Amino acid sequence: MKYSYYPGCTLRTKAKKLDDYARASALALDIELEEIENWQCCGGVYPLGSDEIATKLSSVRALNEAKEKGQDLVTMCSACHHVIKRVNDDMKYVEDIRIRANNYMQLEEPYAGETTVIHFLEVLRDRVGFDELKKKVVNPLQGKKIGAYYGCLLLRPGKIMEFDNPENPTIMEDFIRAIGGEPVIYPYRNECCGGYISLKEKELSGSMCEKIMDSAEGFGAEMLITACPLCMYNLNSNGNGKLPVYYFTELLAEALGVKEEVTSL
Amino acid sequence: MQRIGVFVCHCGSNIAATVDVKKVVEMVAMEPGVVHAEDYQYMCSEAGQSLIAKAIQEKKLTGLVVCSCSPRMHETTFRKAAERAGLNPYMVEIANIREHCSWIHKDVEEATKKAVILARAAIAKVNLNTPLKPGESRVTKRALVIGGGIAGIQTALDIADAGYEVDIVEKTPSIGGRMSQLDKTFPTLDCSACILTPKMVEAAAHEKIKIYTYSEVEKVTGFVGDFTVDIRKKARSVNMDKCTGCGVCQEKCPSKKAPSEFNRGLNTRSAIYTPFAQAIPNVPVIDREHCIKFKTGKCGVCAKVCQAGAIDYDQKDEIVTEKYGAIVVATGFDTIKLDKYDEYAYSQSKDVITSLELERIMNAAGPTKGHLERLSDGKAPKEMVFIQCVGSRCSDDRGKSYCSKICCMYTAKHAMLIRDKYPDVNDTVFYIDVRTPGKNFDEFYRRAVEQYGVNYIKGQVGKVLPQPNGKLLVQGVDLLDNRQILKEADMVVLATAIEPNPDVRKIATMLTASIDTNNFLTEAHAKLRPVESPTAGIFLSGVCQGPKDIPETVAQAGAAAVKAIGLLAKDRLMTNPCTAQSDELLCNGCSTCANVCPYGAITYEERQVNDHGIREVRRVAVVNNALCQGCGACTVACPSGAMDLQGFSNRQIIAEVDAICR
Amino acid sequence: MNNVKKQTELIKEISGVNPLKCMKCGKCSASCPSFNEMDIKPHQFVSYIVNEDVEALVNSKSLWKCLSCFACVERCPRDVKPGKLIDAARQLVIRQRGETYLSPDEIPQLLDPEIPQQLLVSAFRKYRR
Repeated sequence: MKYSYYPGCTLRTKAKKLDDYARASALALDIELEEIENWQCCGGVYPLGSDEIATKLSSVRALNEAKEKGQDLVTMCSACHHVIKRVNDDMKYVEDIRIRANNYMQLEEPYAGETTVIHFLEVLRDRVGFDELKKKVVNPLQGKKIGAYYGCLLLRPGKIMEFDNPENPTIMEDFIRAIGGEPVIYPYRNECCGGYISLKEKELSGSMCEKIMDSAEGFGAEMLITACPLCMYNLNSNGNGKLPVYYFTELLAEALGVKEEVTSL
Repeated sequence: MQRIGVFVCHCGSNIAATVDVKKVVEMVAMEPGVVHAEDYQYMCSEAGQSLIAKAIQEKKLTGLVVCSCSPRMHETTFRKAAERAGLNPYMVEIANIREHCSWIHKDVEEATKKAVILARAAIAKVNLNTPLKPGESRVTKRALVIGGGIAGIQTALDIADAGYEVDIVEKTPSIGGRMSQLDKTFPTLDCSACILTPKMVEAAAHEKIKIYTYSEVEKVTGFVGDFTVDIRKKARSVNMDKCTGCGVCQEKCPSKKAPSEFNRGLNTRSAIYTPFAQAIPNVPVIDREHCIKFKTGKCGVCAKVCQAGAIDYDQKDEIVTEKYGAIVVATGFDTIKLDKYDEYAYSQSKDVITSLELERIMNAAGPTKGHLERLSDGKAPKEMVFIQCVGSRCSDDRGKSYCSKICCMYTAKHAMLIRDKYPDVNDTVFYIDVRTPGKNFDEFYRRAVEQYGVNYIKGQVGKVLPQPNGKLLVQGVDLLDNRQILKEADMVVLATAIEPNPDVRKIATMLTASIDTNNFLTEAHAKLRPVESPTAGIFLSGVCQGPKDIPETVAQAGAAAVKAIGLLAKDRLMTNPCTAQSDELLCNGCSTCANVCPYGAITYEERQVNDHGIREVRRVAVVNNALCQGCGACTVACPSGAMDLQGFSNRQIIAEVDAICR
Repeated sequence: MNNVKKQTELIKEISGVNPLKCMKCGKCSASCPSFNEMDIKPHQFVSYIVNEDVEALVNSKSLWKCLSCFACVERCPRDVKPGKLIDAARQLVIRQRGETYLSPDEIPQLLDPEIPQQLLVSAFRKYRR
């Protein structure tokens, strides 16, 4: 299985672990992640204004490159996934945006949302299959109680993201089961961590993260997993520190027995 | 050449304000065949009809064009007026210059031009009209009621009391429907069973009523007055004649894990079961999916314990074919699935329930024997939260666009009953609007607030968050206080939207009865014919037509019965003479028309024909005029132009088009 | 068209929201994690647009408190999307009035070693032109 891969800025720096563990795990699962050349930052937030074009172009470039290679585009970070998936939806269905973006881009062939944007978790679920993944686990997590923290960006708006049931998702829980852990379901798993508000208002993000941690801990979780560097930062730096937070790829690498390779790098 | 009179109606100002009626009269008077033209304020009035009659006699008219409202409104009126004055009613044509013209246009000049064109088309058609004579068909004096809930029972009783035979076909093992699942009924709080079961008994005992339970309508053919219906009697595995209803089989049945449909899956029942103690008939059925005998071949306990020898494992489905003159649809409703509303945690917590589930919990014969308790741990709740409009009034694709109409009242009822029986339990109701249009309804709701202290909060709930301690944290808003509310509750009750029983689509297709985007059956006229389907001989009773409560359902059930009785009281029906006819000289016997005919009205015959002196036997199409509904599909499909519709012949339609394009 | 009307229309255009679809159920405000921080509440956004009270809306601190978590967008039974409305008002302020909620001067003291790039990029996008 060969995919175009869009890592995103944060995965090069603060969230390098998210990327490293993903690449090592992908290798172990025979998934080839071919990094897009000269990718640019997605902007972190999806531009909601229906008249904004320039802020969507970096996503369109990545999408078009994947199209030219005839590959699906894999994302790892929740924010990048959210932005690129929604821009792709605009390019497919919003004529005004499609025309104006293509006017800027001057591509050989106009881009019209042809690329499939797929998050790495979806690759595991829909392409590898959790049953197959389970078979490749060499180091199962021995029933560790893990709370999946979804946050907002992977799930909402449900109609565009089409990731999972936005109010009662199961993909991360199924992932946890596949690697030998025991998922803990708690109601705050799809509530916001505060997102970008934490730059200026740490307390506000803090109170949200505390609710998330308390709820997960109350239901018996020993740790949380996330796919988003900003959620990771808010939960770790602004929460009450009750639970450790890991990137889902770290647990995946551990279960597949490739974690050591990464740490020794 | 026809002698045509044209009558232009003002319809008060409905037409005259937008169409220059005098100008129309002046213009149409010059059309070929027109010998008389006049206008009048209300052509449908007594005086207007007299004008028409007078003109027919004085001017010896042979055809009429009335420029007025839609033919759906007054075509019959003017046809009757013409007939009284000695003119064949099928020599009357309507030019619809109201709905098709004055109501939808603003510019007088343009609208007048269009009215003249519409009149011209009608005149062109009348020039080619020929007098038609309707045939007659027999009426089978028996009615079929599909659905045995309160709507179906009431309709059946009313028809039977008028002296006609009625059959009820009910899908489940007992009649009674949704009402049998309810505990108390608003606004009087009488016990649902106490007022329903006597009606069930009455229906079962009525000499004119035959009840097919555990049965479904399989096939419908025929037409108004003469329907033929196949009814599938599903194998009950119990002989109805032998069973005494002692109930021992249900007690001894070792398979007790089947979810109870009657209790909304909140508890289980045996594989051989009657849905509830007062079931009619009091004869159980074997649910073959859960029966050990049917699954493994080993068991047979029920047969062993049955003193009457009524158990019959070999019973098969049986098809009964019956004739009916009228069919009443009373298929009722169900609550919507809540899989798109997971923010309310219905699938995540046993203590989040629907209102219909609460009815069962409150009912003495329900899964908790009438004790209000949490289904998760059996504890008595202290804080109840009710959420209104769950899935109703939604324009997104998650819910229904309509108001379910019954929820405001039953929520007030539930809150009140709980406060009455358990005064230490607090009730909070989150509402968007409280809608109580009905006799003594608002007073009822106010009693919940004023006398019982139910806490009504204007605002919706965003999310229900189950807590580690088993409580439910309800995050809502109080719009009047402009506050977000976090309320800890023990149970949450969702006023879940109702939708027509999903089976109704299948039934509507069999009956060729029209259905709207929400699967409610369409009435012939929203105001003036609310209990009739546009398909002749099909009547609508209860929620299958639109959301309604019990009093409204019973009223509509009675109205549907009256309409059905009105039909059954006739010995013969006039049939529509506008049916298809095949020209045997043009027909090449290709079968295209028979393939498109939705009524099965076309057959083929070997017939001796004389084609310009050549005598030979040919295979030609023959239309059964009793079955043909005049839809015209065959006339369009026929490759050789042999099929034509009387009253709407190809020549007439082309003449209309020509007149418009002139 | 006067200025107020123009700006109202602009907010509607940028957001793509038809405020008349709102039935005032309040589910947005019941869902909003920032509700207590906002002076104008999510369910009120539509009335400010309908009543053309743009001045109050653009001066509201709610502009800077919305987290774009899309809970209101997801749960709105009428497909109104209040979150898009407030974001359009924010756009209007940033684009036309050059106002910001984040000045470069204050950034150094906000930084800590753990802050991911994603946070800075997102905040810049939301708070500045």
